[in-house]
Amino acid sequence: MRYWRTPLDFDQVTVPHGEVVVIADRCKGCAFCVEYCPKGVLALSESFNAKGYHPPEVVVEGECVNCNLCEMICPDFAIFCVPAGDAEAAKAVVDTAAEEDAAAGEEDLN
Amino acid sequence: MAAGCRFVAGYPITPSTEVVERISKRFPVMGGTFIQMEDELASMAAVVGAAWTGTKVMTVTSGPGFSLMMENIGLGAMMETPCVVVNVQRGGPSTGLPTMVGQADMMQARWGSHGDYRLIAIAPQSPQEAFDLTIDAFNLSETYRVPVMFMMDECVGHMTEKVVIPPADEIEIVPRVLTDKKPGEYLPYATNGWPVPENVRAGDGYRFHTTGLTHDEKGYPVMSAEVQEINVNRIIDKITDNADKIIRIEEEQIDDAEVVVVAYGITARVARMGIDLARAKGVKVGFMRLVVVWPFPEARIAELAERVKGFVVPEINLGQMVLEVERCAAGKATTTLVGHAGGGVHDPQTICDAIVEAAR
Amino acid sequence: MSTPARTKSMDEHPIAPYLRMDRIPHIWCPTCGIGTVVKCFASALEEADLDLDKVSIVSGIGCTGRSAGYMNLDAFHSTHGRAIPFATGLKLARPELEVVVFSGDGDLSGIGGNHFIHAARRNMDLLVILVNNFIYGMTGGQNAPTTPVTAKSSTMPFGNFERPFNLPHLAASCGASFVSRWTSLHIRRLTKCMRMAMRRKGFRFIEVIAPCSTLYARLNRLGSGLELMRFYHDNATIKHNIDTREVDIGYQDTIVCGNFVDEERPTFLEAKDDHYQTIMGDRYVPMSPEGGWLHE
Repeated sequence: MRYWRTPLDFDQVTVPHGEVVVIADRCKGCAFCVEYCPKGVLALSESFNAKGYHPPEVVVEGECVNCNLCEMICPDFAIFCVPAGDAEAAKAVVDTAAEEDAAAGEEDLN
Repeated sequence: MAAGCRFVAGYPITPSTEVVERISKRFPVMGGTFIQMEDELASMAAVVGAAWTGTKVMTVTSGPGFSLMMENIGLGAMMETPCVVVNVQRGGPSTGLPTMVGQADMMQARWGSHGDYRLIAIAPQSPQEAFDLTIDAFNLSETYRVPVMFMMDECVGHMTEKVVIPPADEIEIVPRVLTDKKPGEYLPYATNGWPVPENVRAGDGYRFHTTGLTHDEKGYPVMSAEVQEINVNRIIDKITDNADKIIRIEEEQIDDAEVVVVAYGITARVARMGIDLARAKGVKVGFMRLVVVWPFPEARIAELAERVKGFVVPEINLGQMVLEVERCAAGKATTTLVGHAGGGVHDPQTICDAIVEAAR
Repeated sequence: MSTPARTKSMDEHPIAPYLRMDRIPHIWCPTCGIGTVVKCFASALEEADLDLDKVSIVSGIGCTGRSAGYMNLDAFHSTHGRAIPFATGLKLARPELEVVVFSGDGDLSGIGGNHFIHAARRNMDLLVILVNNFIYGMTGGQNAPTTPVTAKSSTMPFGNFERPFNLPHLAASCGASFVSRWTSLHIRRLTKCMRMAMRRKGFRFIEVIAPCSTLYARLNRLGSGLELMRFYHDNATIKHNIDTREVDIGYQDTIVCGNFVDEERPTFLEAKDDHYQTIMGDRYVPMSPEGGWLHE
C-alpha cells in the first residue's frame, strides 16, 4: 500500500493476515470477489466445479488481510476468510459443506 | 368478539360497514386491534398475516370487496390459515345495488379464488344466528384451519331483532391450539394422520416457512406434480372427508313431503310463508334450510330425490345453489328455481306457485 | 433465544446460522445482486443483536421475493404486492415482533404501490428492504415502475418511455421516517444502514440497487451483473441528507446513494396508544405485545 506520508504509528500497526476459504461447489463464477478484493489476491480458476462454473482461487499467496470483503460481497455464500492459522479447521469444514450442498441440491427441485 | 377474535382489518363497504364501526368502538377497551386498511386486498392480506400470530381474525365486506379479497382467500386456503370472512351480500354484479339485498355470491364463496380448494360457507337467517353462527364459524375455521365464508345478506344484516347473548361460560369456543413439538421437530405441514397440521405462532422461535406456492411438509416450495397432488388433495380432503361433521341443515315437515323447498339466509324465512300457503292448499311440502351451505349436503339431497317429486329452490339470484340441488338430484326429481335478480325478497306467493307446480 | 456468536473455524460459511442451509444453493442467477443484499441483511441481523425468534420476514413474489425462503427466521412468502399489508397484520397482531419486508421493486412499487404509500403514511413499524433491479426479473424481464427511460424490457422492446418512480422520494413524501438508498456494491455501508434501521422504529425504507444479469443487463446489452457492478462503482455518489427530489435515476446515469431521511416520528401503534389513552384513559386496553392469541 502506498502512503502519501508515513503514519506516525506505522511501526506499531500489525497488518492482519488471512486465509481464503472457497466453497467451490456453491460458486456461480460471478467474479465479484476477484474484481473487488483490495489486495488482488483472487482470480477465477481454470478448473470447473460440479455445476460447470470456474470458482476463484488464491493466486497471490500471503497477501490476504482478512478484510472479509469477498465474504460480504459474494452473492452465493461461497467464500469467506479466516485469520491465518484457523485455515486448517476451516478446510475440513469446506468438504462437509460441499457434501451437504450436493445432498440438498438433489432434494430441492427448484 | 365473543369467539375470541382480536384482530380485524377491513374496508368500509355498504352494507357491512356497521360491523367494523362497532368493532372499532369496542376493540380499544378489549385489547383488540382494528385497522381500516386502504383496500380489501390489503385487508385480507393483513388478516392472513395476523392469523399467523395465533390471533383469531376476521374481515367484513360485501360483493365488490369479496371479489377483491379472493386473491388472499386463496392464500389463506393454501397456507391453511384460520380466519372468518363475512360477506353481507348485496345486489350485484359490480357495484350493483349497494343498499339492497342479494344472495348472488354463493357460488363465488365456493369457487371465487383460482385453483382447487374447499372452504366452509355459512348462511345465517337472523340476527340471533348472526351471533351464534359466527361463533361456529370461528370454531370451524380453527378446527379445519380453513377460511370460513360467513354469507350474510343485506336483509339479515339490516334487521333489528332480539338477540340473546349467553353468558361467556356457556359459549363453546374452539381455541387456537398450538403444537407441543419443539422447534426442530415441528414441521409446518405434517399432519401425522390428522386432518390438519398443528398450529404455531410467529415469534415463538419455530423459524418456520410458509408460502402460497405448492409446498412440502417443511413449508418449502416444491415445483412438482407429485407434491401438488399431495398438497392440493390434502387441503380438499380435510373438508370433504369431514363433510358429515361440518354440514348442517334444518328440516321441517319433511317426512311426508312430496316437494321439498331448499333455501337459506333471508329467503328461508320468506320460503316458510310460501310453504304455509302451499300447505293450506293441501300440498305436502317440506323444507330444508341450508345452515352450512358449503360443503353442500349432497347425500341428503340425493336421498330425498329418491322419494320426492321435486325440489323448489328460491334464492335471491338467478340460479346458484339450485345448480347444486339439480346436480345432486341427478334427474330423479325435478328441480325448479324461483329466482330473483336482487333488490328485494320474494313474494311468498311466487314460491307457493312454484311448489304447487312441482307437486303436479 | 438468539443465534450464538459465530466462530470462524466452526460450521460452514460464517453466516450459515442465519440461512436455511438446506435450501442453499439458491435459485438466483450468477452475478445477480440479491444474494449480496441477503448476506448484508444477515450480517446486519448479527450485528444488531436482535432476538431472532422475534424477527419475522415477509416477502412477495419475484426474484427478491424468494429471499424469505432462505432466511432462518419465521418466513412468509405471501402474494404478489401484498407483503406490506401481510406484514402489517403480523405486526399489529403481535406488536413485539420485528417485521421485515424484503421484496422487489415490481412487487412493492408496482402491484404493491398502494400498500407501500399507506404503510409509509401511517409510519407503520416495518423495515422495508426493496431490492431494485429496474425490471420484473422472475417473469422474464418486463417493464417495471422503476425501469429508467429508454431502457429495454420484454414488454417495452423499443425502450421504456414511461417516467419511473423515484422511490426514496415516494417513501419520504408519504411519511417514511427513515429513507436511504445504497447499491449492492456498498456492502459495508449497506450493512451498517440496515443495522441502524433495525435499531429504529417506524416505516424504515432502504432501496438497494442490484444488478439483474439475465434480464436487465442482457436485454439492454450491458454485459452481466459484473459490468453493472463496475458501473455502480464508477457512477454511484454518496450524498447524505440530500433532498429526495433530486435522486431520480436515469438510464445508465448517476446513482445517488446515502441516508436521506432519518427522523423520529410516532409509529402507528404509538400514535394509536397515545390517542386512546388521551381519549379514554384507563378504559383503554391496548393489545399486549405478545399479541392477540388467547390461551384458554
